[in-house]
Amino acid sequence: MNLHLFVPCDAGALAVGADEVAHALHSAALERGITLDIVRTGSRGLYWLEPLVELATPEGRIGFGPVTSADAASLLDAIVSNGPHALRLGLTEEIPWLKRQTRLTFARCGIIDPLSLTDYRAHGGYKGLERALTLPPDAIIAEVTASGLRGRGGAGFPTGVKWKTVAQTAADRKFVICNADEGDSGTFADRMLMEGDPFVLIEGMTIAGIAVGATKGYIYTRSEYPHAIATMTKAIAIARQDGLLGDRIAGSNFTFDLEVRTGAGAYVCGEETALMESIEGRRGLVRAKPPLPAHHGLFGKPTVVNNLLSFSAIPFILDQGAKAYADFGMGRSRGTMPIQIAGNVRFGGLFETAFGITLGDLVDEIGGGTLTGRPVRAVQVGGPLGAYFPRALFDTPFDYEAFAARDGLIGHGGIVVFDDSVDMAKQARFAMEFCAIESCGKCTPCRIGSTRGAETIARIQRGDRVPENIALVEDLCNTLKLGSLCALGGFTSYPVMSALKYFREDFGPQQPRLQAAE
Amino acid sequence: MTPVYETWEAARGAQIIAEHSKVEGATLVILHALQEAFGYVPEDALPMVATALNLSRAEVYGVFTFYHDFRARPAGRHVLKLCRAEACQAAGGDALAARAEAKLGISIGNTTPDERVTLEPIYCLGLCATAPSAMLDGRLVGRLDNARIDALVSEAQR
Repeated sequence: MNLHLFVPCDAGALAVGADEVAHALHSAALERGITLDIVRTGSRGLYWLEPLVELATPEGRIGFGPVTSADAASLLDAIVSNGPHALRLGLTEEIPWLKRQTRLTFARCGIIDPLSLTDYRAHGGYKGLERALTLPPDAIIAEVTASGLRGRGGAGFPTGVKWKTVAQTAADRKFVICNADEGDSGTFADRMLMEGDPFVLIEGMTIAGIAVGATKGYIYTRSEYPHAIATMTKAIAIARQDGLLGDRIAGSNFTFDLEVRTGAGAYVCGEETALMESIEGRRGLVRAKPPLPAHHGLFGKPTVVNNLLSFSAIPFILDQGAKAYADFGMGRSRGTMPIQIAGNVRFGGLFETAFGITLGDLVDEIGGGTLTGRPVRAVQVGGPLGAYFPRALFDTPFDYEAFAARDGLIGHGGIVVFDDSVDMAKQARFAMEFCAIESCGKCTPCRIGSTRGAETIARIQRGDRVPENIALVEDLCNTLKLGSLCALGGFTSYPVMSALKYFREDFGPQQPRLQAAE
Repeated sequence: MTPVYETWEAARGAQIIAEHSKVEGATLVILHALQEAFGYVPEDALPMVATALNLSRAEVYGVFTFYHDFRARPAGRHVLKLCRAEACQAAGGDALAARAEAKLGISIGNTTPDERVTLEPIYCLGLCATAPSAMLDGRLVGRLDNARIDALVSEAQR
């Protein structure tokens, strides 16, 4: 008997035993005389079901999860006898959590072999580049502009406008940089895509290079992501071998090549100018803007710096057209956003959907509330620099402007759920401490303000002159917000101010807390 | 698996530096390569990097000290990194970190006196939907609970 199974090799699946499961399946198959073919894929993003094992059938893939190595034997027996199994989930595509998503950027992730160009092409890959090569560069940029795509790193700047600026700036060399320095806690979309569908990023960056006239691209990612680095590096070599990178891409007259650069544990290098300093081999000090990177970027040359999710949306836009993308979303937030639901949550994972879904739907309905079963008290949206939202704001739609209007940000699309055991003064202090650890030190508000902020919140926690110290923290937050050179110092005020505004009762002499979630 | 590193030798260091010195903006690339080979970046290597890249020693030292990843001396035989960021905090990571500290008798950021285990914080492994998470010598572990953290600590102590 021949069986065709899929087991993820995504880091999130590996961390919960996917390799052990694959190994146990092989051993169990050997004992049973079954010929087993296991394809290692990325993750579907339904992390509470990882390791998720899928079986190829004529009707589609049938999922089983979460599988442990101890389940391998019974799972094969159930498959062979066509019998029931406690972990059987039915057709994966029919799982409501997956079915109600709109997967444009993540269309292939978890389905294909990440390093198979054949698989990638069979699932629509490289059609975007094919079309881009039939268009003049300004028409490519017009298409991106018309799609309404905005920077998925958090700032939400229109991607087409950025590209146009670089295209119109004359220089002997230009660069394209992918910011894959995904440092925000609660985010993992970049990692998933690099591990699960690396060619979509290569294709998106190649299109960008052609559009703006750049011949070299860098993918700057984190040392905390060794699996993503390995997969991305292999994918680049494969694309090069296949003539999709290097001279005369896909038989055209364009030249474009890519290189992966690894950071070294500095959060601030996710800020685009610090990132460029880091690639240039220097301390990750933020540069003052202007000049904009589009005029004066990497090695002083015009540079497009986009988030990984922005580049990865490009192949769809070029293949299906700007309108197909812009038809999704609300207001000025067009297309889809890969939202990451994490922390103390029952159904955590990657949920790609059109902008406009409310925070409450994401947390309660899709996330299923907390894993501990206690009430949700706060959710932090947008990473360590994002605001903490109380339940009262759960009607906020997921949209750049709607979050900004409520003194928050969607950032890179991460949502971290906390239950009622959370101490919000502690979280506010952590935000200041994190800023102090990660500050590049160039500007005073961030370098000194963060340390002073952490000290002052500690005094509040001890019950030391609480009203005066709260006023001091608020004043400090304003200084950080208005006086910092970049978003690290500037946005540290969001988690602190939101904690103070919505959870004021936590700021004072520390009460004996509820048992911490475990 | 215990990582195996080479013993520092200037000639070997020079070879590694030469391999990467033609890369544009090579400083981080070289520091990574040195640390990968020796387990840390030996002090003697820094002026060699400066000479190879035509930089001042101060510049190279500045880069070396800016980034959290680079070590000035070898770590313990095993390195256990615990994620201390918000998603892991929300899932009970603080209590688990305290437990690991108690078991090892050291606070985060230190190495046990027998030099077997270095316990370090890490700010996000991107495993936020299977939190809390950790990395032991490059191996990822998610959904940590008391039993799993105990097992990880014991494994690191071996």
